[in-house]
Amino acid sequence: MNVWDNEFAISIMPALLKGFWLTIQITFVSFAISLAVGLLVAIVRFLKIPVVSKLFDFYVSFVRGTPLLVQAYIAFFVLPLWGMGFDALPTGIVVLGINYSAYCAEVYRSGIEQVPTGQWEASRALSLPPARTWFRIVVPQAVRPIVPVMGNYLIMMFKDSAILSSITILELMGTSLQIGGNYYMYLEPMTIAGLLYLAISFPSSLLIRRLERRLVPAY
Amino acid sequence: MSPHTDILHTLNSPEPSSDIEISFAGVDKAWGDNHVLRGLDFEVKAGEKVSIIGPSGSGKTTILRILMTLETPDVGLVTVGGDTLWNVKPGEKARETKQTIATRRKVGMVFQQFNLFPHMTVLENVIEAPIHVLGLSKKDATERAVDLLELVGLKEHMKHTPPELSGGQQQRVAIARALAMRPRVMLFDEPTSALDPELIGEVLNVIRRLATTTDMTMLLVTHEMRFAQEISDRVVMFDKGVVVEAGPPDQIFKSPEHDRTRKFLEAVNPY
Ligand SMILES: Nc1ncnc2c1ncn2[C@@H]1O[C@H](COP(=O)(O)OP(=O)(O)O)[C@@H](O)[C@H]1O
Ligand SMILES: [Mg+2]
Repeated sequence: MNVWDNEFAISIMPALLKGFWLTIQITFVSFAISLAVGLLVAIVRFLKIPVVSKLFDFYVSFVRGTPLLVQAYIAFFVLPLWGMGFDALPTGIVVLGINYSAYCAEVYRSGIEQVPTGQWEASRALSLPPARTWFRIVVPQAVRPIVPVMGNYLIMMFKDSAILSSITILELMGTSLQIGGNYYMYLEPMTIAGLLYLAISFPSSLLIRRLERRLVPAY
Repeated sequence: MSPHTDILHTLNSPEPSSDIEISFAGVDKAWGDNHVLRGLDFEVKAGEKVSIIGPSGSGKTTILRILMTLETPDVGLVTVGGDTLWNVKPGEKARETKQTIATRRKVGMVFQQFNLFPHMTVLENVIEAPIHVLGLSKKDATERAVDLLELVGLKEHMKHTPPELSGGQQQRVAIARALAMRPRVMLFDEPTSALDPELIGEVLNVIRRLATTTDMTMLLVTHEMRFAQEISDRVVMFDKGVVVEAGPPDQIFKSPEHDRTRKFLEAVNPY
């Protein structure tokens, strides 16, 4: 039996690289969403606004307590039944972004809690407006020690984006599955896909480990 | 005259303010069973330099923090320059009103731990609030900041960040940062307690300068008794939430009326 078909492997490369490129794009857009939404959620929870903060607590529990796959299915196959249907790609990007926003919110929280109370008090003594205190004083100091954790989340998200293949998105995993199904040959597409994922995630994790050493002993 | 005369002059009030700059009337503050302030009545005249002394835990910091709105009184009336900062009636909770926020702007505070913004340069620390609170242009704020940094002897460190500076330098930047808001009242909470002994003098020199040449009202909590004696118009001995005695420094340090004051002074300065 022929184990590895080189010609086949070469012939599917263009399609796989196209999927790979889409995976990278999805990752960055989703990550931007989770960073922004996560920060908003973290701040609102920190402010302990009656009702609203509780809702955001629930949001975090709900998102963290259900599998990404289930969330993707609900968004893509169930919401349209209620008249809220969107294309697969934007749906997938938002689901992934929302999913990670809950984890990012927790990381931001730990970063915010590490900012010494003296920083808040100095801001107040200078009468800095709340928005200025948050975005000029607190957030920059909160972010510094959490950059490595966020970096790891970026890598996890990059790999988790494979789940979006289940809602018909032809990113790297979706493309590999399609090729495998069409030709009944899974070895080549899956091996190449795995190597492509690794080609990004492995060097990235080394980079993050170096960042960690530089950033965590803040100031 | 020294080149700093101009900037020191800008710290003075354009018009004489009301006679009483700071007033506490019937102020209570407790945490649980710990009654830190008990019906505190306390006044400071405009331009007066007052040192607050007293044992640790007696509520000195709490007084300053209430003035800086970092704490709320449980009950009582606190005014600054004749304007109400806090007015809490029995059974009510302290509420921060527009008046509180407006009045707070007259007050500046220097903390024991400096509390500079470590991710910003020295210059950015000093111009931040003038730009974003007072609405100064960046150019005007920078001009003001440079003059103040020169006054505290740190102009050449403008582009450094606080972690690159010594504690004494950081505290001098913190003083410049507070002064940039042109406060009418300056609060100093043990400004040299966190410093190595050899760095205390440089900070005290700056404070002395402000005390002797400006008409700002100054409230200084300190354990530097000699310094308090030198620069104060009045010294207030504080213990267990009440004023034990108050008077001119020579009287308090040389012939205190109360036993508690005498014992405290002996404890901090056993000669
Ligand atoms: N946030 C707080 N929570 C509980 N107790 C406090 C708090 N702040 C101050 N205290 C208590 O109030 C008392 C007076 O504190 P403070 O004003 O700092 O005294 P001082 O500056 O004279 O040493 C102390 O017993 C202290 O433990
Ligand atoms: Mg204190």
